Amino acid sequence: MSTATALSVANPTEVYTETETEVVTPPVVQSATSEPWWVRWILIAVSVSFLLFFLFIPLAAVFAEALRKGLGTYVSSLRDPNAWSAIQLTVITALIAVPTNLVFGLAAAWSIAKFEFPGKSLLITLIDIPFAISPVVSGLIYVLMFGAQSSLGPWLSSHGIQIIFAVPGIVLATIFVTFPFVARELIPLMQEQGTEEEQAAISLGASGWQTFWRVTLPNVKWALLYGVILSNARAMGEFGAVSVVSGHIRGKTNTMPLHVEILYNEYNFVAAFAVASLLALLALVTLALKSLVEWQMHRQSLETSPSEEA
Amino acid sequence: MALLRRRHSVLPGFGLTMGYTLLYLSLIVLIPLTALFVKTAGLTAGEFWATVSNPRVVASYKLTFGTSLIAATINAVFGLIVAWTLVRYRFPGKRLVDAMVDLPFALPTAVSGIALTAIYAGNGWIGQYLEPLGIKVAFTSLGIIVAMTFIGLPFVVRTLEPALQDLEREHEEAAAILGASRWQTFLFVILPAILPALLTGFALAFARALGEYGSVVFISGNMPMRTEITSLLIISKLEQYDTAGATALATVMLLASFSILFAINALQWWLGRRYQGGL
Repeated sequence: MSTATALSVANPTEVYTETETEVVTPPVVQSATSEPWWVRWILIAVSVSFLLFFLFIPLAAVFAEALRKGLGTYVSSLRDPNAWSAIQLTVITALIAVPTNLVFGLAAAWSIAKFEFPGKSLLITLIDIPFAISPVVSGLIYVLMFGAQSSLGPWLSSHGIQIIFAVPGIVLATIFVTFPFVARELIPLMQEQGTEEEQAAISLGASGWQTFWRVTLPNVKWALLYGVILSNARAMGEFGAVSVVSGHIRGKTNTMPLHVEILYNEYNFVAAFAVASLLALLALVTLALKSLVEWQMHRQSLETSPSEEA
Repeated sequence: MALLRRRHSVLPGFGLTMGYTLLYLSLIVLIPLTALFVKTAGLTAGEFWATVSNPRVVASYKLTFGTSLIAATINAVFGLIVAWTLVRYRFPGKRLVDAMVDLPFALPTAVSGIALTAIYAGNGWIGQYLEPLGIKVAFTSLGIIVAMTFIGLPFVVRTLEPALQDLEREHEEAAAILGASRWQTFLFVILPAILPALLTGFALAFARALGEYGSVVFISGNMPMRTEITSLLIISKLEQYDTAGATALATVMLLASFSILFAINALQWWLGRRYQGGL
Protein backbone atom coordinates (compact mmCIF):
# COMPACT_ATOMS: atom_id res chain seq x y z
CA MET A 1 0.00 0.00 0.00
CA SER A 2 2.81 2.36 0.82
CA THR A 3 4.28 1.78 -2.61
CA ALA A 4 0.85 2.30 -4.14
CA THR A 5 0.55 5.75 -2.58
CA ALA A 6 4.05 6.60 -3.69
CA LEU A 7 3.11 5.50 -7.21
CA SER A 8 -0.10 7.47 -7.23
CA VAL A 9 1.93 10.61 -6.65
CA ALA A 10 4.48 9.73 -9.28
CA ASN A 11 2.11 8.40 -11.90
CA PRO A 12 -0.72 10.75 -12.87
CA THR A 13 -2.90 8.07 -14.48
CA GLU A 14 -3.25 6.48 -11.07
CA VAL A 15 -5.35 9.45 -9.96
CA TYR A 16 -8.08 8.73 -12.49
CA THR A 17 -8.36 5.00 -11.86
CA GLU A 18 -8.80 5.47 -8.14
CA THR A 19 -11.19 2.86 -6.75
CA GLU A 20 -13.04 2.94 -3.48
CA THR A 21 -12.76 -0.75 -2.73
CA GLU A 22 -9.10 -0.79 -1.82
CA VAL A 23 -8.48 -1.63 1.80
CA VAL A 24 -5.57 -0.37 3.84
CA THR A 25 -3.18 -3.27 4.39
CA PRO A 26 -0.01 -3.40 6.47
CA PRO A 27 2.89 -2.06 4.40
CA VAL A 28 5.91 -4.13 3.65
CA VAL A 29 8.19 -1.12 3.68
CA GLN A 30 7.29 1.98 5.69
CA SER A 31 7.07 4.98 3.38
CA ALA A 32 8.63 8.16 4.71
CA THR A 33 5.60 10.33 3.90
CA SER A 34 2.84 8.14 5.23
CA GLU A 35 1.86 6.89 8.64
CA PRO A 36 2.34 3.36 10.02
CA TRP A 37 -0.62 1.13 9.20
CA TRP A 38 -1.92 1.06 12.76
CA VAL A 39 -1.98 4.86 12.93
CA ARG A 40 -4.00 4.92 9.71
CA TRP A 41 -6.42 2.37 11.09
CA ILE A 42 -6.89 4.28 14.33
CA LEU A 43 -7.47 7.58 12.49
CA ILE A 44 -9.97 6.00 10.11
CA ALA A 45 -11.74 4.28 13.01
CA VAL A 46 -11.92 7.53 15.01
CA SER A 47 -13.19 9.50 12.05
CA VAL A 48 -15.80 6.95 10.98
CA SER A 49 -17.12 6.40 14.50
CA PHE A 50 -17.31 10.16 15.15
CA LEU A 51 -19.40 10.57 12.00
CA LEU A 52 -21.45 7.51 12.89
CA PHE A 53 -22.38 8.97 16.27
CA PHE A 54 -22.96 12.50 15.11
CA LEU A 55 -24.45 12.01 11.63
CA PHE A 56 -25.71 8.51 10.88
CA ILE A 57 -27.44 7.78 14.19
CA PRO A 58 -29.49 11.02 14.26
CA LEU A 59 -30.56 10.43 10.66
CA ALA A 60 -31.57 6.83 11.36
CA ALA A 61 -33.41 7.97 14.50
CA VAL A 62 -35.70 10.25 12.44
CA PHE A 63 -36.97 7.33 10.35
CA ALA A 64 -37.09 4.89 13.28
CA GLU A 65 -39.17 7.27 15.39
CA ALA A 66 -41.47 8.08 12.46
CA LEU A 67 -42.21 4.39 11.88
CA ARG A 68 -42.40 3.47 15.57
CA LYS A 69 -46.16 2.83 15.45
CA GLY A 70 -46.18 1.25 12.02
CA LEU A 71 -46.64 2.38 8.48
CA GLY A 72 -50.39 3.04 8.90
CA THR A 73 -49.88 5.69 11.59
CA TYR A 74 -47.03 7.15 9.56
CA VAL A 75 -49.15 7.60 6.46
CA SER A 76 -52.17 8.92 8.36
CA SER A 77 -50.07 11.55 10.16
CA LEU A 78 -48.87 12.77 6.78
CA ARG A 79 -52.42 12.93 5.45
CA ASP A 80 -53.49 15.29 8.20
CA PRO A 81 -54.79 18.52 6.56
CA ASN A 82 -52.51 20.72 8.67
CA ALA A 83 -49.47 18.70 7.65
CA TRP A 84 -50.57 18.95 4.04
CA SER A 85 -50.98 22.73 4.17
CA ALA A 86 -47.54 23.00 5.82
CA ILE A 87 -46.05 21.02 2.93
CA GLN A 88 -47.79 23.30 0.43
CA LEU A 89 -46.60 26.48 2.14
CA THR A 90 -43.02 25.15 2.25
CA VAL A 91 -43.06 24.36 -1.46
CA ILE A 92 -44.61 27.73 -2.38
CA THR A 93 -42.04 29.60 -0.27
CA ALA A 94 -39.16 27.77 -1.92
CA LEU A 95 -40.70 28.34 -5.37
CA ILE A 96 -40.66 32.09 -4.75
CA ALA A 97 -37.40 32.44 -2.80
CA VAL A 98 -35.12 30.27 -4.94
CA PRO A 99 -35.89 31.84 -8.36
CA THR A 100 -35.68 35.42 -7.03
CA ASN A 101 -32.27 34.69 -5.51
CA LEU A 102 -31.24 32.92 -8.71
CA VAL A 103 -31.94 36.02 -10.78
CA PHE A 104 -30.12 38.15 -8.23
CA GLY A 105 -27.17 35.75 -8.18
CA LEU A 106 -26.81 35.91 -11.96
CA ALA A 107 -27.06 39.71 -12.03
CA ALA A 108 -24.58 40.11 -9.17
CA ALA A 109 -22.13 37.63 -10.67
CA TRP A 110 -22.30 39.26 -14.10
CA SER A 111 -21.62 42.75 -12.78
CA ILE A 112 -18.94 41.66 -10.29
CA ALA A 113 -17.09 39.07 -12.37
CA LYS A 114 -17.17 40.65 -15.81
CA PHE A 115 -16.44 44.29 -14.96
CA GLU A 116 -13.87 46.22 -12.94
CA PHE A 117 -15.03 48.84 -10.47
CA PRO A 118 -13.89 50.20 -7.11
CA GLY A 119 -15.58 48.83 -4.02
CA LYS A 120 -15.92 45.35 -5.48
CA SER A 121 -14.68 43.47 -2.45
CA LEU A 122 -16.95 45.53 -0.20
CA LEU A 123 -19.91 44.53 -2.37
CA ILE A 124 -18.94 40.84 -2.14
CA THR A 125 -18.72 41.16 1.66
CA LEU A 126 -22.16 42.81 1.80
CA ILE A 127 -23.67 39.97 -0.24
CA ASP A 128 -22.28 37.48 2.29
CA ILE A 129 -23.81 39.28 5.29
CA PRO A 130 -26.92 37.06 5.64
CA PHE A 131 -24.65 34.06 6.31
CA ALA A 132 -23.09 35.87 9.26
CA ILE A 133 -26.38 36.76 10.92
CA SER A 134 -28.08 34.33 13.24
CA PRO A 135 -31.47 33.03 12.02
CA VAL A 136 -33.41 34.58 14.89
CA VAL A 137 -31.92 38.03 14.22
CA SER A 138 -32.69 37.59 10.50
CA GLY A 139 -36.35 37.14 11.35
CA LEU A 140 -36.30 39.96 13.88
CA ILE A 141 -35.13 42.61 11.40
CA TYR A 142 -38.28 42.03 9.32
CA VAL A 143 -40.46 42.28 12.42
CA LEU A 144 -38.79 45.65 13.11
CA MET A 145 -39.38 46.73 9.49
CA PHE A 146 -42.97 45.61 8.98
CA GLY A 147 -44.36 44.65 12.40
CA ALA A 148 -47.21 46.39 14.22
CA GLN A 149 -44.78 48.53 16.25
CA SER A 150 -42.66 49.60 13.27
CA SER A 151 -42.97 52.94 11.54
CA LEU A 152 -44.40 51.21 8.46
CA GLY A 153 -46.81 49.16 10.61
CA PRO A 154 -49.77 51.58 10.88
CA TRP A 155 -49.62 52.42 7.16
CA LEU A 156 -49.54 48.72 6.20
CA SER A 157 -52.46 47.80 8.44
CA SER A 158 -54.56 50.73 7.24
CA HIS A 159 -54.11 49.42 3.71
CA GLY A 160 -54.96 45.88 4.76
CA ILE A 161 -51.49 44.56 4.02
CA GLN A 162 -50.15 42.02 6.47
CA ILE A 163 -46.54 40.96 6.16
CA ILE A 164 -45.53 39.78 9.62
CA PHE A 165 -47.39 36.70 10.93
CA ALA A 166 -48.40 36.05 7.31
CA VAL A 167 -47.01 34.39 4.21
CA PRO A 168 -45.15 37.46 2.81
CA GLY A 169 -43.06 37.64 5.99
CA ILE A 170 -42.17 33.96 5.71
CA VAL A 171 -41.14 34.42 2.09
CA LEU A 172 -39.06 37.52 2.89
CA ALA A 173 -37.24 35.82 5.78
CA THR A 174 -36.55 32.80 3.56
CA ILE A 175 -35.19 35.01 0.78
CA PHE A 176 -32.91 36.67 3.34
CA VAL A 177 -31.39 33.46 4.71
CA THR A 178 -30.83 31.97 1.22
CA PHE A 179 -29.70 35.28 -0.28
CA PRO A 180 -25.97 34.57 -0.92
CA PHE A 181 -26.07 30.90 -2.03
CA VAL A 182 -26.27 31.28 -5.82
CA ALA A 183 -24.18 34.46 -5.97
CA ARG A 184 -21.29 33.05 -3.95
CA GLU A 185 -21.12 29.93 -6.15
CA LEU A 186 -21.15 31.96 -9.37
CA ILE A 187 -18.89 34.92 -8.54
CA PRO A 188 -15.56 33.07 -8.02
CA LEU A 189 -16.17 30.76 -11.00
CA MET A 190 -17.09 33.58 -13.39
CA GLN A 191 -14.13 35.64 -12.18
CA GLU A 192 -11.85 32.72 -12.90
CA GLN A 193 -13.33 32.21 -16.38
CA GLY A 194 -12.60 35.81 -17.36
CA THR A 195 -14.22 37.66 -20.23
CA GLU A 196 -12.35 36.39 -23.32
CA GLU A 197 -15.14 34.07 -24.49
CA GLU A 198 -17.81 36.74 -24.06
CA GLN A 199 -15.65 39.32 -25.83
CA ALA A 200 -15.18 36.90 -28.75
CA ALA A 201 -18.93 36.34 -28.97
CA ILE A 202 -19.67 40.08 -28.92
CA SER A 203 -17.03 40.85 -31.55
CA LEU A 204 -18.51 38.12 -33.77
CA GLY A 205 -21.78 40.02 -33.65
CA ALA A 206 -23.75 38.27 -30.90
CA SER A 207 -26.09 40.39 -28.82
CA GLY A 208 -25.69 40.66 -25.06
CA TRP A 209 -28.52 38.18 -24.43
CA GLN A 210 -27.17 35.71 -26.98
CA THR A 211 -23.76 35.90 -25.36
CA PHE A 212 -25.25 35.32 -21.94
CA TRP A 213 -27.45 32.38 -22.99
CA ARG A 214 -25.01 30.64 -25.31
CA VAL A 215 -21.60 31.40 -23.77
CA THR A 216 -21.82 32.38 -20.13
CA LEU A 217 -24.71 30.21 -18.95
CA PRO A 218 -23.37 26.89 -20.35
CA ASN A 219 -20.03 27.64 -18.67
CA VAL A 220 -21.57 28.10 -15.24
CA LYS A 221 -24.56 25.74 -15.39
CA TRP A 222 -23.24 23.24 -12.83
CA ALA A 223 -22.23 25.91 -10.33
CA LEU A 224 -25.64 27.50 -10.84
CA LEU A 225 -27.39 24.19 -10.17
CA TYR A 226 -25.20 23.68 -7.11
CA GLY A 227 -26.26 27.03 -5.68
CA VAL A 228 -29.92 26.28 -6.44
CA ILE A 229 -29.76 22.88 -4.70
CA LEU A 230 -28.19 24.38 -1.57
CA SER A 231 -30.56 27.34 -1.41
CA ASN A 232 -33.59 25.10 -1.95
CA ALA A 233 -32.54 22.87 0.96
CA ARG A 234 -32.12 25.89 3.20
CA ALA A 235 -35.35 27.51 1.99
CA MET A 236 -37.42 24.42 2.75
CA GLY A 237 -35.70 23.72 6.06
CA GLU A 238 -35.27 27.17 7.60
CA PHE A 239 -36.58 27.27 11.14
CA GLY A 240 -35.29 30.14 13.28
CA ALA A 241 -35.92 33.09 10.96
CA VAL A 242 -39.29 31.79 9.79
CA SER A 243 -40.31 30.98 13.35
CA VAL A 244 -39.93 34.65 14.36
CA VAL A 245 -42.09 36.04 11.54
CA SER A 246 -44.67 33.29 11.12
CA GLY A 247 -46.97 33.62 14.12
CA HIS A 248 -47.49 29.82 14.06
CA ILE A 249 -51.06 29.83 12.76
CA ARG A 250 -51.96 26.24 12.00
CA GLY A 251 -52.97 25.47 8.45
CA LYS A 252 -52.08 29.05 7.46
CA THR A 253 -48.57 30.21 8.34
CA ASN A 254 -46.94 26.94 9.30
CA THR A 255 -44.11 25.64 7.19
CA MET A 256 -42.96 22.03 7.59
CA PRO A 257 -40.21 22.73 10.15
CA LEU A 258 -42.64 24.84 12.22
CA HIS A 259 -45.26 22.11 12.01
CA VAL A 260 -42.66 19.62 13.30
CA GLU A 261 -42.10 21.90 16.30
CA ILE A 262 -45.81 22.25 17.09
CA LEU A 263 -46.44 18.52 16.89
CA TYR A 264 -43.36 17.80 18.98
CA ASN A 265 -44.33 20.27 21.70
CA GLU A 266 -47.77 18.59 21.84
CA TYR A 267 -45.99 15.28 22.54
CA ASN A 268 -47.32 13.97 19.22
CA PHE A 269 -43.89 12.46 18.51
CA VAL A 270 -44.83 10.02 15.76
CA ALA A 271 -46.52 12.74 13.69
CA ALA A 272 -43.63 15.16 14.34
CA PHE A 273 -41.08 12.61 13.17
CA ALA A 274 -43.26 11.67 10.20
CA VAL A 275 -43.15 15.24 8.88
CA ALA A 276 -39.46 15.42 9.88
CA SER A 277 -38.79 12.26 7.85
CA LEU A 278 -39.96 14.05 4.70
CA LEU A 279 -37.48 16.83 5.43
CA ALA A 280 -34.78 14.23 6.09
CA LEU A 281 -35.55 12.62 2.72
CA LEU A 282 -35.20 16.05 1.15
CA ALA A 283 -31.80 16.36 2.83
CA LEU A 284 -30.70 12.99 1.44
CA VAL A 285 -31.85 13.91 -2.07
CA THR A 286 -30.00 17.21 -1.68
CA LEU A 287 -26.78 15.41 -0.70
CA ALA A 288 -27.09 12.97 -3.60
CA LEU A 289 -27.72 15.74 -6.16
CA LYS A 290 -24.92 17.78 -4.65
CA SER A 291 -22.42 14.92 -5.04
CA LEU A 292 -23.59 14.40 -8.61
CA VAL A 293 -23.13 18.06 -9.48
CA GLU A 294 -19.74 18.18 -7.74
CA TRP A 295 -18.68 15.23 -9.90
CA GLN A 296 -19.87 17.02 -13.03
CA MET A 297 -18.05 20.21 -12.02
CA HIS A 298 -14.90 18.19 -11.44
CA ARG A 299 -15.25 16.58 -14.87
CA GLN A 300 -15.82 19.94 -16.52
CA SER A 301 -12.73 21.42 -14.88
CA LEU A 302 -10.72 18.39 -16.07
CA GLU A 303 -11.95 18.89 -19.62
CA THR A 304 -11.03 22.55 -19.70
CA SER A 305 -7.66 22.17 -17.97
CA PRO A 306 -6.46 18.55 -18.08
CA SER A 307 -2.90 19.43 -17.13
CA GLU A 308 -3.95 21.04 -13.85
CA GLU A 309 -5.04 17.81 -12.18
CA ALA A 310 -2.03 15.77 -13.26
CA MET B 1 -22.89 55.97 -7.73
CA ALA B 2 -19.83 57.91 -8.90
CA LEU B 3 -17.77 55.34 -7.03
CA LEU B 4 -19.00 52.66 -9.37
CA ARG B 5 -17.67 54.19 -12.54
CA ARG B 6 -16.44 51.28 -14.62
CA ARG B 7 -13.48 50.89 -16.86
CA HIS B 8 -14.23 50.62 -20.54
CA SER B 9 -15.52 47.17 -21.50
CA VAL B 10 -17.15 45.80 -24.64
CA LEU B 11 -19.53 43.62 -22.62
CA PRO B 12 -23.03 45.04 -22.17
CA GLY B 13 -25.32 45.00 -19.18
CA PHE B 14 -23.19 46.55 -16.44
CA GLY B 15 -25.66 49.30 -15.59
CA LEU B 16 -28.64 46.96 -15.53
CA THR B 17 -27.08 44.15 -13.49
CA MET B 18 -25.25 46.47 -11.08
CA GLY B 19 -28.39 48.52 -10.57
CA TYR B 20 -30.47 45.44 -9.90
CA THR B 21 -27.82 43.99 -7.57
CA LEU B 22 -27.66 47.17 -5.48
CA LEU B 23 -31.44 47.59 -5.40
CA TYR B 24 -32.11 44.00 -4.36
CA LEU B 25 -29.27 44.01 -1.83
CA SER B 26 -30.60 47.22 -0.28
CA LEU B 27 -34.22 46.05 -0.12
CA ILE B 28 -33.57 42.59 1.28
CA VAL B 29 -30.45 43.08 3.42
CA LEU B 30 -29.26 46.63 4.01
CA ILE B 31 -32.49 48.50 4.78
CA PRO B 32 -33.88 45.83 7.17
CA LEU B 33 -30.49 45.70 8.93
CA THR B 34 -30.53 49.47 9.27
CA ALA B 35 -33.96 49.15 10.90
CA LEU B 36 -32.29 47.14 13.65
CA PHE B 37 -29.69 49.81 14.31
CA VAL B 38 -32.25 52.64 14.13
CA LYS B 39 -34.40 50.81 16.66
CA THR B 40 -31.40 50.27 18.93
CA ALA B 41 -30.39 53.92 18.61
CA GLY B 42 -33.91 54.81 19.80
CA LEU B 43 -33.18 53.18 23.16
CA THR B 44 -31.50 55.26 25.85
CA ALA B 45 -28.08 54.04 26.97
CA GLY B 46 -29.57 53.18 30.37
CA GLU B 47 -32.37 51.06 28.87
CA PHE B 48 -29.96 49.32 26.56
CA TRP B 49 -27.49 48.56 29.33
CA ALA B 50 -30.21 47.37 31.71
CA THR B 51 -31.43 44.89 29.09
CA VAL B 52 -28.09 43.53 27.97
CA SER B 53 -26.63 43.24 31.48
CA ASN B 54 -29.63 41.62 33.16
CA PRO B 55 -28.39 38.54 35.13
CA ARG B 56 -30.57 36.13 33.12
CA VAL B 57 -29.22 37.60 29.89
CA VAL B 58 -25.62 37.48 31.10
CA ALA B 59 -26.12 33.83 32.05
CA SER B 60 -27.33 33.18 28.50
CA TYR B 61 -24.21 34.87 27.01
CA LYS B 62 -21.94 32.74 29.18
CA LEU B 63 -23.81 29.59 28.22
CA THR B 64 -23.98 30.37 24.50
CA PHE B 65 -20.37 31.51 24.31
CA GLY B 66 -18.99 28.66 26.42
CA THR B 67 -20.88 25.85 24.69
CA SER B 68 -20.07 27.29 21.24
CA LEU B 69 -16.39 27.44 22.14
CA ILE B 70 -16.35 23.83 23.37
CA ALA B 71 -18.30 22.61 20.32
CA ALA B 72 -15.98 24.45 17.91
CA THR B 73 -12.95 22.96 19.68
CA ILE B 74 -14.39 19.43 19.43
CA ASN B 75 -15.04 20.10 15.74
CA ALA B 76 -11.51 21.41 15.18
CA VAL B 77 -9.97 18.22 16.63
CA PHE B 78 -12.30 15.67 15.04
CA GLY B 79 -12.78 17.71 11.88
CA LEU B 80 -9.01 17.61 11.34
CA ILE B 81 -9.00 13.82 11.74
CA VAL B 82 -11.99 13.43 9.40
CA ALA B 83 -10.50 15.76 6.77
CA TRP B 84 -7.12 14.01 7.04
CA THR B 85 -8.60 10.53 6.54
CA LEU B 86 -10.77 11.74 3.66
CA VAL B 87 -7.86 13.40 1.84
CA ARG B 88 -5.00 11.04 2.58
CA TYR B 89 -6.44 7.52 2.98
CA ARG B 90 -8.59 5.13 1.00
CA PHE B 91 -11.11 2.97 2.75
CA PRO B 92 -14.38 1.26 1.85
CA GLY B 93 -17.38 3.56 1.92
CA LYS B 94 -15.22 6.68 1.73
CA ARG B 95 -17.37 8.34 -0.91
CA LEU B 96 -20.50 7.82 1.20
CA VAL B 97 -18.75 9.20 4.28
CA ASP B 98 -17.58 12.18 2.25
CA ALA B 99 -21.10 12.97 1.06
CA MET B 100 -22.54 12.54 4.57
CA VAL B 101 -20.23 15.19 6.05
CA ASP B 102 -22.57 17.82 4.59
CA LEU B 103 -25.65 16.35 6.27
CA PRO B 104 -25.78 19.10 8.93
CA PHE B 105 -25.99 21.68 6.11
CA ALA B 106 -28.76 19.79 4.36
CA LEU B 107 -30.84 18.59 7.30
CA PRO B 108 -33.27 21.23 8.59
CA THR B 109 -32.21 22.34 12.07
CA ALA B 110 -35.56 21.49 13.64
CA VAL B 111 -35.20 17.91 12.40
CA SER B 112 -31.69 17.52 13.79
CA GLY B 113 -32.91 19.08 17.04
CA ILE B 114 -35.71 16.56 17.66
CA ALA B 115 -33.57 13.66 16.40
CA LEU B 116 -30.69 14.45 18.76
CA THR B 117 -33.15 14.92 21.64
CA ALA B 118 -34.74 11.52 20.92
CA ILE B 119 -31.33 9.81 20.89
CA TYR B 120 -29.93 11.41 24.03
CA ALA B 121 -33.12 11.40 26.15
CA GLY B 122 -33.13 8.98 29.09
CA ASN B 123 -34.89 6.29 27.03
CA GLY B 124 -33.08 7.07 23.74
CA TRP B 125 -30.63 4.93 21.78
CA ILE B 126 -27.55 6.49 23.37
CA GLY B 127 -29.11 8.17 26.40
CA GLN B 128 -30.18 4.84 27.95
CA TYR B 129 -26.52 3.83 28.25
CA LEU B 130 -25.27 7.21 29.45
CA GLU B 131 -27.92 7.87 32.10
CA PRO B 132 -26.95 4.88 34.34
CA LEU B 133 -23.41 6.28 34.27
CA GLY B 134 -24.77 9.55 35.65
CA ILE B 135 -24.28 11.43 32.38
CA LYS B 136 -27.36 13.42 31.41
CA VAL B 137 -27.14 14.91 27.92
CA ALA B 138 -30.65 15.94 26.91
CA PHE B 139 -31.95 19.07 28.71
CA THR B 140 -28.48 20.00 30.02
CA SER B 141 -25.68 22.15 28.63
CA LEU B 142 -24.02 18.92 27.43
CA GLY B 143 -26.95 18.52 25.03
CA ILE B 144 -26.40 22.06 23.73
CA ILE B 145 -22.76 21.14 23.03
CA VAL B 146 -23.86 18.00 21.16
CA ALA B 147 -26.27 19.98 18.95
CA MET B 148 -23.69 22.70 18.27
CA THR B 149 -21.05 20.11 17.40
CA PHE B 150 -23.48 18.51 14.96
CA ILE B 151 -24.20 21.72 13.06
CA GLY B 152 -20.60 22.98 13.06
CA LEU B 153 -18.89 19.82 11.81
CA PRO B 154 -18.94 20.46 8.02
CA PHE B 155 -17.33 23.90 8.40
CA VAL B 156 -14.03 22.54 9.73
CA VAL B 157 -13.89 19.54 7.39
CA ARG B 158 -14.74 21.49 4.25
CA THR B 159 -12.33 24.33 5.06
CA LEU B 160 -9.47 21.94 5.79
CA GLU B 161 -9.89 19.60 2.81
CA PRO B 162 -8.58 21.99 0.11
CA ALA B 163 -5.71 23.07 2.38
CA LEU B 164 -4.68 19.44 2.89
CA GLN B 165 -4.96 18.71 -0.84
CA ASP B 166 -2.75 21.67 -1.67
CA LEU B 167 0.06 20.50 0.62
CA GLU B 168 3.16 19.66 -1.36
CA ARG B 169 4.49 16.21 -0.60
CA GLU B 170 8.01 17.47 -1.30
CA HIS B 171 8.04 19.36 2.01
CA GLU B 172 7.20 16.18 3.89
CA GLU B 173 9.82 14.23 1.93
CA ALA B 174 12.41 16.88 2.74
CA ALA B 175 11.50 16.69 6.43
CA ALA B 176 11.80 12.89 6.35
CA ILE B 177 15.19 13.05 4.60
CA LEU B 178 16.40 15.50 7.21
CA GLY B 179 15.58 12.91 9.84
CA ALA B 180 12.23 14.09 11.20
CA SER B 181 9.85 11.45 12.52
CA ARG B 182 6.35 11.36 11.03
CA TRP B 183 4.96 13.04 14.14
CA GLN B 184 7.60 15.79 13.97
CA THR B 185 6.80 16.28 10.29
CA PHE B 186 3.13 16.66 11.15
CA LEU B 187 3.79 19.05 14.02
CA PHE B 188 6.42 21.27 12.37
CA VAL B 189 5.70 21.00 8.63
CA ILE B 190 2.06 20.06 8.04
CA LEU B 191 0.31 21.74 10.96
CA PRO B 192 1.81 25.23 10.39
CA ALA B 193 0.76 25.05 6.73
CA ILE B 194 -2.86 24.15 7.49
CA LEU B 195 -3.20 26.24 10.66
CA PRO B 196 -4.88 29.24 8.96
CA ALA B 197 -7.46 26.92 7.38
CA LEU B 198 -7.98 25.14 10.70
CA LEU B 199 -8.51 28.47 12.48
CA THR B 200 -10.91 29.64 9.76
CA GLY B 201 -12.93 26.44 10.08
CA PHE B 202 -12.93 26.81 13.85
CA ALA B 203 -14.14 30.42 13.60
CA LEU B 204 -16.89 29.50 11.12
CA ALA B 205 -18.10 26.64 13.32
CA PHE B 206 -17.97 28.94 16.36
CA ALA B 207 -19.95 31.68 14.59
CA ARG B 208 -22.57 29.20 13.45
CA ALA B 209 -22.91 27.75 16.95
CA LEU B 210 -23.32 31.22 18.52
CA GLY B 211 -26.36 31.99 16.40
CA GLU B 212 -27.82 28.49 16.26
CA TYR B 213 -31.43 28.18 17.32
CA GLY B 214 -33.36 25.30 15.73
CA SER B 215 -31.25 22.34 16.72
CA VAL B 216 -30.53 23.67 20.21
CA VAL B 217 -33.98 24.62 21.55
CA PHE B 218 -35.29 21.07 21.56
CA ILE B 219 -32.36 19.45 23.36
CA SER B 220 -31.56 22.28 25.78
CA GLY B 221 -34.71 22.21 27.90
CA ASN B 222 -34.61 26.04 28.07
CA MET B 223 -34.34 26.50 31.83
CA PRO B 224 -33.72 30.19 32.72
CA MET B 225 -30.21 30.86 34.04
CA ARG B 226 -29.12 27.30 33.22
CA THR B 227 -29.87 26.10 29.69
CA GLU B 228 -31.33 29.17 28.01
CA ILE B 229 -29.36 30.40 24.97
CA THR B 230 -29.37 34.02 23.82
CA SER B 231 -31.31 33.31 20.59
CA LEU B 232 -34.12 31.83 22.65
CA LEU B 233 -34.20 34.88 24.93
CA ILE B 234 -34.69 37.09 21.86
CA ILE B 235 -37.68 34.98 20.82
CA SER B 236 -39.23 34.96 24.28
CA LYS B 237 -38.84 38.75 24.55
CA LEU B 238 -40.60 39.09 21.18
CA GLU B 239 -43.40 36.82 22.34
CA GLN B 240 -43.89 39.11 25.36
CA TYR B 241 -44.06 42.08 22.93
CA ASP B 242 -40.79 43.42 24.37
CA THR B 243 -39.48 44.49 20.95
CA ALA B 244 -36.98 46.93 22.48
CA GLY B 245 -35.43 44.21 24.63
CA ALA B 246 -35.27 41.77 21.73
CA THR B 247 -33.61 44.45 19.59
CA ALA B 248 -30.97 45.21 22.23
CA LEU B 249 -30.04 41.52 22.50
CA ALA B 250 -30.02 41.13 18.72
CA THR B 251 -27.60 44.05 18.44
CA VAL B 252 -25.21 42.37 20.88
CA MET B 253 -25.37 39.12 18.91
CA LEU B 254 -24.97 40.94 15.61
CA LEU B 255 -21.85 42.73 16.86
CA ALA B 256 -20.45 39.39 18.05
CA SER B 257 -21.00 37.72 14.68
CA PHE B 258 -19.61 40.72 12.77
CA SER B 259 -16.43 40.65 14.88
CA ILE B 260 -16.00 36.96 14.05
CA LEU B 261 -16.61 37.66 10.36
CA PHE B 262 -13.99 40.38 10.54
CA ALA B 263 -11.54 38.01 12.25
CA ILE B 264 -12.11 35.39 9.53
CA ASN B 265 -11.47 37.95 6.79
CA ALA B 266 -8.27 39.09 8.50
CA LEU B 267 -7.23 35.45 8.77
CA GLN B 268 -7.83 34.85 5.09
CA TRP B 269 -5.88 37.96 4.21
CA TRP B 270 -3.02 36.59 6.32
CA LEU B 271 -3.40 33.21 4.59
CA GLY B 272 -3.24 34.81 1.14
CA ARG B 273 -0.14 36.81 2.06
CA ARG B 274 1.59 33.75 3.48
CA TYR B 275 1.00 31.76 0.32
CA GLN B 276 2.24 34.56 -1.88
CA GLY B 277 5.33 35.27 0.17
CA GLY B 278 6.49 32.11 1.90
CA LEU B 279 5.75 29.17 -0.34
